[in-house]
Amino acid sequence: MTPDLILNVTIAGVLTGLVYGLMALGLSVIFGVVRVVNFAHGEMMTIAMYAAVVLFAALKLDPFIVMLPVGAAFFAFGYAMQAGFINPFITRPEHSQFMLLVAVAIIMVNALLMVFGPDARNVQVDYQLESFEIGKILLDKARLYAAIAALVAAAALFAFFKFTLAGKAIRACADNYMGAKVVGLDVKHLYALTFGLGSVCVAIAGCAMVLLVEVTPALGPAYTLLAFVIVIVGGLGSMPGALLGGVLIGVSEALAGLFIAPSAKSMFSFGLLILVLLLRPQGLLGKKA
Amino acid sequence: MKRAHLGLVLLAALLAALPAFAGSYALSVATLILYFAYTGQAWNVMMGFAGQLSLGHSLYVGVGAYAAGAIFFHYGIGPWAGLWVAILLCVALGMVIGFLAFRFGISGVYFALLTIAFAEFTRIGFDHFDWVGGPGGMFLRVAQRDTWDVAAFRGPPLMYYYTMLFLTAGAFALCSFLLKSRAGYYWQAIRENEEAAQALGINSFRWKMYAVALSSAMTAVSGVFFAFYYNNLFPEQMFHISRSIEIILGPIIGGVGTLFGPILGAAVLTLLSDGITELLAALGWEFPGIKQVFYGVVLLLVVMFLPHGIWPPLARRLGLNA
Repeated sequence: MTPDLILNVTIAGVLTGLVYGLMALGLSVIFGVVRVVNFAHGEMMTIAMYAAVVLFAALKLDPFIVMLPVGAAFFAFGYAMQAGFINPFITRPEHSQFMLLVAVAIIMVNALLMVFGPDARNVQVDYQLESFEIGKILLDKARLYAAIAALVAAAALFAFFKFTLAGKAIRACADNYMGAKVVGLDVKHLYALTFGLGSVCVAIAGCAMVLLVEVTPALGPAYTLLAFVIVIVGGLGSMPGALLGGVLIGVSEALAGLFIAPSAKSMFSFGLLILVLLLRPQGLLGKKA
Repeated sequence: MKRAHLGLVLLAALLAALPAFAGSYALSVATLILYFAYTGQAWNVMMGFAGQLSLGHSLYVGVGAYAAGAIFFHYGIGPWAGLWVAILLCVALGMVIGFLAFRFGISGVYFALLTIAFAEFTRIGFDHFDWVGGPGGMFLRVAQRDTWDVAAFRGPPLMYYYTMLFLTAGAFALCSFLLKSRAGYYWQAIRENEEAAQALGINSFRWKMYAVALSSAMTAVSGVFFAFYYNNLFPEQMFHISRSIEIILGPIIGGVGTLFGPILGAAVLTLLSDGITELLAALGWEFPGIKQVFYGVVLLLVVMFLPHGIWPPLARRLGLNA
């Protein structure tokens, strides 16, 4: 095993990790504001992946172009889901919210299974097999573009929360629910907006991810767990934490796959999760509750 | 005698007499219902009574099943000895998780995710644990199925049905005793407001640990039953998060924290699942996944419109205070 190989695997892990990070960012934003853990997160991710697969097969649309319509559709879907289903559950106990989203997740996975069957699907674009060579480093084009798309989307989300009025209002809801209501913010609308934005993250991450892995309905629960691991490691509710957690998990998965066995890779992630929960429960970049 | 007691006696008599008029298929469904009722009751001790949301109870079922199963598989030692090993192991695991979580002040969503993490970690670990067969699974020898061999826990389906009935009744009696005892009041105080409970002098760490220990011990018994009833164990099947969800659906649908909720929920869900299968078969709609979609829709409707589960409103309507 040469150092070059290890370096290349690590870089691939970082790039994949950024896409993971964007997916987890959606979960983190939703939890940070709405205080509901989206147990259907990975299932939404697979829906986005199937959307990219279908649009590619039918119209030969590149997944990077598809990101825009899928993102828009997911925004509307996320908004409607929060407004219709989750808002009435805000004041209910956690296990009740959990059940609601588990039911949604069960419906999503099995609806995909009904429509697409259990076989793996993918997209094939010509740049998937090409790579940039920088010295001894090989960068897969598809992976690099996917990571760039994830970074751009994350940066746009940061900018939204930092600079726009709606973004500031959402942060106000997260900081102080009562205070936000007192100053007259429409909290339910802002919650729905937040869920919509979190769904856009998932949509973009899904369209990017379809270039890197094949999609099956069973991937949904696995991605849900992966997103949990990432946001807990990075800090539930922390936006930079989600990206950092994504990169950490991406790299640890890649290296575990190289050194131990690909099937043991998520054991590493869960081990990391347990350690972080015990030593720093608020996550690496999280604020103390 | 109160109406609730009368109802319980009637139900117990009905269940005890069920094998006399039920066919083998109905008996296997009834056994499954009782299995989920018992396991749900075990989970309910931790969540419903003490308020600690565990989403990783498949860990205790799996470890219990594998412990007793492996001892039988490798050394030929039957389940009555294996049961104690399983209970000890599961209680130890539960105490470790509980200690780590409660010492570091992890609660709510974080505790739930920690329990998922431990279950998933163990699942992948068992996939690489060759002594128990790894991902290929472990298969227990099935000797004979006709006569009751209680010592080896081998026998006809009837024996498993009565075992599960006994366990479910025992768990119900234990829980109804506990709920009216000091322990139950302490747990409910912690569930409702942990800080207030501590201010009243309840050692919340200790009582949460007791709840975890009891719940994991009870769940270990489910695991041992599972191992000797189904005779084949796969990590993917035992520890998967969907197993944990399956365990907790019953009590949540039935009514978290109620005594009868886990039993009612298990019956409703198992019959619902079977009913949907038959309905779809009758209609000729047999695509993979369609059954679970229906199941999911029903779950969605129940959680949306019956926030406390089915049992509390039903009990009110029947005029029972249980």
